[in-house]
Amino acid sequence: MNLQTFRENAWNGLWKQNTGLVQLLGLCPILAVSTSIVNAVSLGLATVLVMAVSNFAVASLRNFIPYEIRIPVFILIIAALTTVVDLAFNAYLHDLYLVLGIFIPLIVTNCIVLARVEAYAAKNDPVSSTVDGIMMGLGLVWLLGVLGGIRELVGSGTLFSGIEMLIPGLSPLSVFGDDYPGFLIGVLPPGAFFTLGCLIALSNRVRTRAAAGKPARAASDGEEAAPASAAP
Amino acid sequence: MSNRYTATHTSLRTAGIMVVFTLAFTAMMSQTYRVTRPAIDASEQEQKMRLINDVLPPGSYDNALLDDFVAAGPTPELGLDRGGRIYRARRAGVPAALVFEAVAPDGYGGKIQLVVAVGADGRLGGVRVTAHKETPGLGDYIDPRKDRNKTRPWIGQFAGMSLVEVAPAQWKVKRDGGVFAYRIGATISARAVTNATGRVLEYAAEHRDALFAASTGSAI
Repeated sequence: MNLQTFRENAWNGLWKQNTGLVQLLGLCPILAVSTSIVNAVSLGLATVLVMAVSNFAVASLRNFIPYEIRIPVFILIIAALTTVVDLAFNAYLHDLYLVLGIFIPLIVTNCIVLARVEAYAAKNDPVSSTVDGIMMGLGLVWLLGVLGGIRELVGSGTLFSGIEMLIPGLSPLSVFGDDYPGFLIGVLPPGAFFTLGCLIALSNRVRTRAAAGKPARAASDGEEAAPASAAP
Repeated sequence: MSNRYTATHTSLRTAGIMVVFTLAFTAMMSQTYRVTRPAIDASEQEQKMRLINDVLPPGSYDNALLDDFVAAGPTPELGLDRGGRIYRARRAGVPAALVFEAVAPDGYGGKIQLVVAVGADGRLGGVRVTAHKETPGLGDYIDPRKDRNKTRPWIGQFAGMSLVEVAPAQWKVKRDGGVFAYRIGATISARAVTNATGRVLEYAAEHRDALFAASTGSAI
């Protein structure tokens, strides 16, 4: 893999094809666990791990998987690897498992893992597939972090609550003070939809602006202007 | 090679590959399970012990608590519909306390799993919530880790209580005519835990001697 592919993978995962903002895949676990930054980022990191491992495995085995049965085989590989990751975490990183553990089985239900395996790892070499998995996962991590942060701040007026379970010695920030009554909708499921909706709207605005700005700039540079895409 | 692309040949080949994949990945999972089992068991025991230490001072007994238990079958009094364990703490062979696994079936979000320690004198060592689905930020104060009041968490009010201080009929939250505090806006969670704790105490009072006399690992 060369630098060009790496850049492309990173840009796709982190922004252009962001799983939560653009592909809108795997929303069920996203909405369920983004009640606080620590929860959300924990799920994101567990997803990064599973996506990297399963993309690598599928890309390595892709020449042995007949096209007709690729989906069952992918699901088998993802489920098996998730189980192995789950057991290994439980056995050797038990303290971390107590925080992340409940999220790992959730990842099996996350269609983004299958989507990346099918769309990328099945057609590319193991190294760039692993990078794709990691970058798609990291795209999810930052989105989850923002979503969790907003919901936590609105819902309970804190940030990073539960961080002491992940990194002992750190303590949560109480942004609005201890007597903040809490705005429950932030933590309840509707809050997740509202917040994600606002984030998607914001990202679409940034994207349309960028798309509108590009041809103009290109033209002023004297380059041939690419036809502006009218699609939002 | 003439039969290479026939339907039978293709489906047999595909099925064969599927079987190989299934066997390989199942073998991988079972091997991982076998290798990690001892470590997982050990950390689960440690985890359980940490929880029990919260409700029962480690110095108050000297037996191997986790190996000294009675397996309770489905017990409605404890809310256990699939059974659970009752651990027996002894000091120099003398009964010191019982640690119950119990369930409050009527939480706002469903079942609330509890660990309740009851001393041989009928006094509560303490109550802890091990698993629940109460509303975050509202009903989850029943778990002291989520309770905003860190110095005097809600669930701490049960420690040291017994059916002598609070009669069974009074073993309710204040709103129901009992004596126990609850937080406004989230009565149901508090009510579920309070009532379940009362039921455990009554069960303990009634069955204490039988529980301590039963042989280790036996079912009741």
